Amino acid sequence: MLKVNNLNVYYGVIHALKGISFNVPEGKIITLIGSNGAGKSSTLKAIAGLVHTKGSIKFLGSEIVGTKTYTIVRKGIAKVPEGRKIFSNLTILENLRMGGFNREYNTLERGYDEVFDLFPILKERAKQLAGTLSGGEQQMLALGRALMSKPTLLMLDEPSLGLAPKIVSEVFGIIKRLNSNGMTILLVEQNAAQALKISDYGYVLENGKIILEDKSSNLITNEQVRKSYLGEI
Amino acid sequence: MNKTRNSLLTIAAIVVFFIFLWYASTHFNKYSIRIMNDVAIFMMLAVSYNLINGVTGQFSLEPNGFTAIGAYVSSLLTLTVAQKHAMFIIVPMIHPFDTWHLPFLAALIVGGLVTSVIAFVLAFPVFRVRGDYLAIVTLGFGIVIRVFSTNAISLTNGALGLKGISESTNLWWSWGWAVFSIIIIMRLVNSGYGRAMKAIRDDEDAAIAMGINSLKIKMIAFITSAFFEGVAGGLLAHLITTISPTLFTFFLTFNLLIIIVVGGLGSMTGSIIATVMVVWGSELLRVVDQPMHIFSITIPGVPGMRMILFSVLLIATMIFAREGIMGQREFSWNSFFNMFRARKQR
Repeated sequence: MLKVNNLNVYYGVIHALKGISFNVPEGKIITLIGSNGAGKSSTLKAIAGLVHTKGSIKFLGSEIVGTKTYTIVRKGIAKVPEGRKIFSNLTILENLRMGGFNREYNTLERGYDEVFDLFPILKERAKQLAGTLSGGEQQMLALGRALMSKPTLLMLDEPSLGLAPKIVSEVFGIIKRLNSNGMTILLVEQNAAQALKISDYGYVLENGKIILEDKSSNLITNEQVRKSYLGEI
Repeated sequence: MNKTRNSLLTIAAIVVFFIFLWYASTHFNKYSIRIMNDVAIFMMLAVSYNLINGVTGQFSLEPNGFTAIGAYVSSLLTLTVAQKHAMFIIVPMIHPFDTWHLPFLAALIVGGLVTSVIAFVLAFPVFRVRGDYLAIVTLGFGIVIRVFSTNAISLTNGALGLKGISESTNLWWSWGWAVFSIIIIMRLVNSGYGRAMKAIRDDEDAAIAMGINSLKIKMIAFITSAFFEGVAGGLLAHLITTISPTLFTFFLTFNLLIIIVVGGLGSMTGSIIATVMVVWGSELLRVVDQPMHIFSITIPGVPGMRMILFSVLLIATMIFAREGIMGQREFSWNSFFNMFRARKQR
């Protein structure tokens, strides 16, 4: 579904992504793990068209490098940004409406219903300002907002950031559920253990390069991964 | 049902207000009418400035530039050909322009349109930067306009300015435009575009990631506010009948910034209240400049005293209402009636 080939991202003189290549097949959960500054978020930003990029990214066969973010969103790629980034001075309903910005007006109601089915808590608070939600609820709103654009590929940037362990497993449960309903997911995580548990295939990034790739079940048992990312000595 | 009730009430309020204006135009003295005109023009400026600064959250400092453009364009159009020939004594005006003459309303609209076109062109370089840098770039633009109007003598008559502009602005024109601009801008803020503007204010990166074309949305806000700022500039020029580059310094922007911050960034109601407070209030405070007799004590008048008192009032507002008078709330008939209902229950 998504084919990334020789992707390079520069921030001024800093070479953040040094020619990485990977595939996201349809209907799978793919995860990118790695330490701080490895280039995980840069990869997602590059796919979403938020940073200047060299290389090739093919989505459903068409090249998306160099196109504007709003056309990429219309093609069916949605991103849940790192640190949630909800619109705190808008109500929950307005936040969702912003997620469905490029959606036809008469399909908005159906979109709200789908999101509220997934996150009933949001329905109760629909008229509340988003800034008043708790961290976990904000993450759910960020997820729901991304789903409003009817994506076929959902990219999540650190969905577990700053959340209580219980909420983290709840969020991961929802990601798994979305995937079993047919959504393709590209997941970026610091919480490597959780991410590898729910994903099908994983890539390990280090200093802007992919150093390892394998089935997630194999990566969990991989000696190197266990030492570097799963916190075992 | 509430919706029709609310819009009927709004129309009724506007009608009542215009009846009051009719009463004012026949019964009030010239000084009061002048202040009312000032209030209307500043209200228009504040509401349109708030659209870009408060609602869209783009900290720009351009209104003095835009007001100057609107004022110059519309005045040059309403001045008669004979006046223009008599006035440009240093260098005659460039040829095709000196023969153009338009009625007041058309001149105002052309002034607004020219300002919007300049805003459109300006938006491309300006919105490449955000935050403080945007403020500096737009501040620079205001200065460029002022320097231009001082030195492009064959177009603006330079530092001599324009004199003898017809005194066409009256209560009807100024308040008519003010009410019109408020209605248009409120409708824009409450539309889908308005929500996108607020989303950009809250988090521009997230808004872009949601598929919002942020440059387009920012441009809509910028160009709309430019149009009304240009028209307001034209109204101002036809109120004071003489304009020169020194009228459009940064202090104009600064005053507007005070108004929208005191009123509450992003709240149009707040801007409206704050305009009345700041423009009318600073006139009311003139009392303290004059000698006062309280019982047997005579306080000598200190010129400038009102500015000190005024600043104290502003500081007090910022201490006790940190987000401005209205914060981000707006007046609505529903909340207005709820207020009474809540009182009754108590």
